[in-house]
Amino acid sequence: MGTERSQGHASGRFAALDAAAVNQDGFLHEEHEAGLVTISSPADPEPSLRIEDGAVVELDGRPAADFDVIDEFVARHGIDLAAAAEAMALEPLQIARMMVDINVPREELVRIGRGLTPAALARVVALLRPAEMVLALTKMRARRTPSNQAHVTNRQDDPLLIAADAATAVAFGFRELETTVPVLGDAPCNALAMLIGSQAAAAGALTQCSIEESQELLLGLRGLTTYAETVSLYGTEQVFADGDDTPFSKAFLASAYASRGLKLRVTSGAGAEVLMGAAEGCSMLYLEARCVKLAWAIGAQGVQNGAIEGINIAGSLPLGMAEAVAENLMVMMCGLESCSGNDTLMSQSDIRRTAHIMPIFLAGSDFLFSGFGSVTAYDNMFGPSNFNGDDLDDYLVLQRDWGVDGGLRTVEEEEELIAVRRRAATAVRDVLHHLGLASYDDARIEQVVLAHGSKDVEALDPQIVVGAAAGIVERPVTVVEVVAALAETGHELEAERVMAMVHQRLRGDYLQTAAVLDEEMNVLSARTDPNDYRGPGTGYSLSGRRRAEIDGIRQARTRADLLGEFGRPLDGVALRELGEAEPSSEPREVAVGVSPTFGAEINWTLSGLSVWEALRQVLAGIEEEECLGRLLKVRHTIDVGMIGLTAARLSGSGIGVGLQAKGTALIHRRDLPPLANLELLSVAPLITAEMYRTVGQNAARHVKGVPLKPLRNPYTEETIGARYHAATVGLVAIERAACLPGAPPVDLEVVR
Amino acid sequence: MSHAFSGRPLEQVTVAAAVAGELGADDVRIHADTLRHQADVAASAEDPRLAANLRRAAELTALADEDLLRIYAALRPGRATEAELTEIRDELRGRGAIECAALVEEAIGAYRRRGLTR
Repeated sequence: MGTERSQGHASGRFAALDAAAVNQDGFLHEEHEAGLVTISSPADPEPSLRIEDGAVVELDGRPAADFDVIDEFVARHGIDLAAAAEAMALEPLQIARMMVDINVPREELVRIGRGLTPAALARVVALLRPAEMVLALTKMRARRTPSNQAHVTNRQDDPLLIAADAATAVAFGFRELETTVPVLGDAPCNALAMLIGSQAAAAGALTQCSIEESQELLLGLRGLTTYAETVSLYGTEQVFADGDDTPFSKAFLASAYASRGLKLRVTSGAGAEVLMGAAEGCSMLYLEARCVKLAWAIGAQGVQNGAIEGINIAGSLPLGMAEAVAENLMVMMCGLESCSGNDTLMSQSDIRRTAHIMPIFLAGSDFLFSGFGSVTAYDNMFGPSNFNGDDLDDYLVLQRDWGVDGGLRTVEEEEELIAVRRRAATAVRDVLHHLGLASYDDARIEQVVLAHGSKDVEALDPQIVVGAAAGIVERPVTVVEVVAALAETGHELEAERVMAMVHQRLRGDYLQTAAVLDEEMNVLSARTDPNDYRGPGTGYSLSGRRRAEIDGIRQARTRADLLGEFGRPLDGVALRELGEAEPSSEPREVAVGVSPTFGAEINWTLSGLSVWEALRQVLAGIEEEECLGRLLKVRHTIDVGMIGLTAARLSGSGIGVGLQAKGTALIHRRDLPPLANLELLSVAPLITAEMYRTVGQNAARHVKGVPLKPLRNPYTEETIGARYHAATVGLVAIERAACLPGAPPVDLEVVR
Repeated sequence: MSHAFSGRPLEQVTVAAAVAGELGADDVRIHADTLRHQADVAASAEDPRLAANLRRAAELTALADEDLLRIYAALRPGRATEAELTEIRDELRGRGAIECAALVEEAIGAYRRRGLTR
């Protein structure tokens, strides 16, 4: 059975390539007239800035009379005039070099970045190569400690599942949670469930509900969310108007959120303009530069970008991934918080979607993902994220592989996760009942708690959630009622934590740039935790505790664990040592030498067979071929070749079998060099009982001088190394400890 | 810094107070003084734009939720006439929201030039 041939391919190699996951992605050639270009287009304006009487009269080639509404806002508020002359006089290459110069402080780059026009800013970051961008990102992010944001949604808008999944996300370390709804009317219920659930596992996680602007504001005003993010900016006037806003309305909206003490960041990102057919022939990077300058002009503290939904269009073009990261860099160059994208599945290929995140993962960001899909992919109502709930262990391993803080941590025990999900779901159920909004029974809670996703939870009448949401809006239910209801239903801890979030909105410390709350309710922001990276040995580094958290993934085992697993006792069989083994003259004898811990500390091979079963098969094979099996333990070496050779030298026939406790087997002969052999089965995890039998048979056939039975390692695409090397090294260490150099081999007897 | 919009001290914004029914909407929203303090913090950290946003926010604490929603809606493209926007500007000035009024003034000029009024 060979590779399936796809239509039209004579070549099996081509057919196999066509079937690769990456070839399900879409790819386009650049066409700059249509805005299908990432980094730079001929239509991008030349950077320029003319100031008269303290006002900008020309911006990137456009005179004031021709300013569109974006130009006007940026001209008025988006250029730091005190720095502009100096910044615009620098060559873009000079500024780019400063970005990767560890001796130029971040503050200096921000001062310059704020003095640049959009076209100038785009020019600068376009000069950086990917490796240079990684270094620049490391220095330029606002907050020293990296953090991460999660999507928490489900297809049913089930509030108990929202709460359980919110708690789960916080248990894994996320500090911001974002929800949305397939049914708009459900939003208030999702928001309430998130607010409560997010506080079950730990304190301080921020929650948002991403819906239409004015409805989202209303939820914030009622205290049912603690931050907002999807206040969108666009790079052309046409698309801005299509998005039903202007820079002025957005500036007012930003201040409106702040007037109620709510943290806010704006959202932009490449591709929106070209997706709506109004890119004006400009590059994605230039249009995004306009958005970034606008964000600063509005007075937002941060920006969610990195292509976001436009990642697929950017990703279809050359330099698409570089462009996304360049967007994050432009944000950082203006001194703003970066919530760095990676929130949309941009490829069917696991290789490609992982490569997408690596630069920013290695460098760190204020928020590495602006939406890691913490739930399973089918429940992500934003569409699958670039990484989803089932990828969490991969991500935790990547943190450990590189020693990088990606914001997350292991949840060690299943029971721990179940308990926190139950807390969250129960609290929401009790509050909804107490407020007369909806009722759910205990059986439902258990379904939700143990669910992988909403497919594991019975679909109820959608009107239940619609009704609950309507009730929240009409009464209205605000955070005060939520806190009271939590306390009155016995959820004092969650009540205190939700009230603590209210206090954050009263204090305003978390309105500063790049603010996040740690679990002790300290505000970490650009002000209190500034990124002070200036090269090796500086900037953020893992504390001892955080290092242990990252290293301590739940799959890691100690040698003691391995001993426990591979040393599980064998029932009913033991190997008893007799006296020292002497050379024999029995010509039909095949000596089987086993390793020092065989049947002692180690009773199970890597393939899952017991050592006794492996041995039994070898001896049976020898016997079937009318030879005599002799069993001895080699104690002075752990090497399977030396074990086999030692046995062969004692064997009356001169043929020996070497068998390690982990399962590796070979056939040796007394006159051969130690590292040679007659036959070797080296991939211990793949050796079957049948194969051990054949080893015995072939050893006997060597004695008799007759043709051998065929014996080959099977085809496999498994990552034997990744799977088994950790265990192998552990077992070898155990063997080594049991090894007695100089000790002669002893005969063994099987005792049942 | 230590009290809510209503004047209630933060230490009295508690779970017990919520349960006792003592907390109204103004007890759980931020005071203008706090926002102005945060604006000063931003300004001293060399972020004049964030400071300006927070000063506008301080002004907007005086407005009711419905007013915020109404004014935001009016600033969206094609929603309000120039006259209506002018009224809003004056309303904001009258409420002491000088920087917000200035923002609306700028919008009026920009929308007129770009045809974004109703």
